[in-house]
Amino acid sequence: MSLLEVDRINTLYGDSHVLFDLSIRVEEGEVVALLGRNGAGKTTTLRSIMGVLTPKSGEIRLGGKPISGLAPSAIANMGVQLVPEERAIFGGLTVEENLRVAALTAPNAWSFERIYGIFPRLKERRKSLGRTLSGGEQQMLSIARALIRDARIILLDEPFEGLAPLIVRDLVNVAAGLAREGRTMIVVEQNVAAALSFATRVYGLNNGHVVFEGTSAELTANPDLARDFLGVGA
Amino acid sequence: MMPSWPALASQAFNGLALGSLLALVSSGLTIILGTLGVLNFAHGALFAVGAYAAVVMLQYTQSFLLAIAVGCGFMLVLGFLLERFIIRLFYDRPDEDQILVTYGVGIVLVESVRAIFGGNAQRAPTPSWGQGATQLGFLIYPTYRLQLIAIIAMLLLGLYLVLYRTSMGLVVRAGIENPRMVGILGINLRRTFMLVFAIGIVAVGLAGMLYAPVVAVTPDMGANFMAQSFVVIVLGGLGSFPGAVVGGLIAGEIISLTSAFNSSYSEVMLYALMALLLVLRPQGLFGSEGRV
Repeated sequence: MSLLEVDRINTLYGDSHVLFDLSIRVEEGEVVALLGRNGAGKTTTLRSIMGVLTPKSGEIRLGGKPISGLAPSAIANMGVQLVPEERAIFGGLTVEENLRVAALTAPNAWSFERIYGIFPRLKERRKSLGRTLSGGEQQMLSIARALIRDARIILLDEPFEGLAPLIVRDLVNVAAGLAREGRTMIVVEQNVAAALSFATRVYGLNNGHVVFEGTSAELTANPDLARDFLGVGA
Repeated sequence: MMPSWPALASQAFNGLALGSLLALVSSGLTIILGTLGVLNFAHGALFAVGAYAAVVMLQYTQSFLLAIAVGCGFMLVLGFLLERFIIRLFYDRPDEDQILVTYGVGIVLVESVRAIFGGNAQRAPTPSWGQGATQLGFLIYPTYRLQLIAIIAMLLLGLYLVLYRTSMGLVVRAGIENPRMVGILGINLRRTFMLVFAIGIVAVGLAGMLYAPVVAVTPDMGANFMAQSFVVIVLGGLGSFPGAVVGGLIAGEIISLTSAFNSSYSEVMLYALMALLLVLRPQGLFGSEGRV
């Protein structure tokens, strides 16, 4: 049994149908990348898993148990954690308060020290208000909030978007380290090279359908695939 | 005509008393709005209910503190009941429905008070420890009004500690900024709604109780306060507790100091300031841009 099964879901944004019978699987300890053009349905897939959007039909199962239809807070407490595209840092709260809010309902919350071991920069800025952080620091904090909850599966939505190359490199190293430790993740990313550097398997999405499924190695060896199906360069 | 300096100083103290009262009323209003997303149009009526609670309790006990304590318990229960049986049904409804229902609750409360106590003004006695006037050197000022300022300052400090030093306060502050993200982080925000609403109701009720000895207590006494506290939360930034405190003090001083020159302009000045601020800084003094 897979850790996460998305089984033929249809998700709508108001009247517009975004996901069509979309199915993906994620095994324990695996890192899966969702690739595709803008509007392909990648973010909608992550939001459907988190419960921010409720699929109109189909089912999402975590460890075999259906979770579609539950509130995001309930899904979060089963171990799913979305790191949203807009990062959604609480700007009026300090770095440490952001982490405390995240840890409140987590039974196996990490210590601050463990988080700071991964992101030393956050330790330096722990008393700073969220709104004063740089884009890279906000992204670190957003990922840190998922980690401190000891999430079983982390959904990273465009984690490298709009960040300087050096910061992207640091974050890729962090993600690769988490992947090596066996942390299950789904990553949505426009920066295909960065995503493939730590993802093991790939789903290609187009217009709300899965159009490609394979390993990262297959896609890297076959750059035409990515261009043809996804309109992205590997 | 230029008023005398003692008259101005006296009005400045009146402004402080009115401002601190507005701060207490508005902080309840703004926290409820920020957390629950509901603009509570019954807030003025609940101010009056608080004042009547003080009037009633002071008929039974000589102890002002005991009267206030029982009154707070009453407001707390009233807040819980209103949230549980009315407000809760409207969280997923459009803003207009929320405004209509809280406005309706306000009318029912005010008319219930009128039905029970009649329309004539009631008086609450000044507490024994607040009688007379205090010599401040440059000014003689009613003792109870000075105590009122100090008591409200302590209450606001207490509210600050709840918001900034407790887990519940942490959740409320995060929820005011981004309720959806709070849910994504595993917190069922609605569980805190009842408590937040009740705290807001106790705050406005307490303001009414403390104000009762200073004014004539009538069923409609809250209407003016509510209009002014709407201005205060716009000045301070919607959902901002520091904004409500600073905005309340500014509004109190503007109303009182303008009255020293010409009382018919005091409200005009307040709304003029609000208009000016909306042009220069639409999110309010302490509001962050883009927050709903």
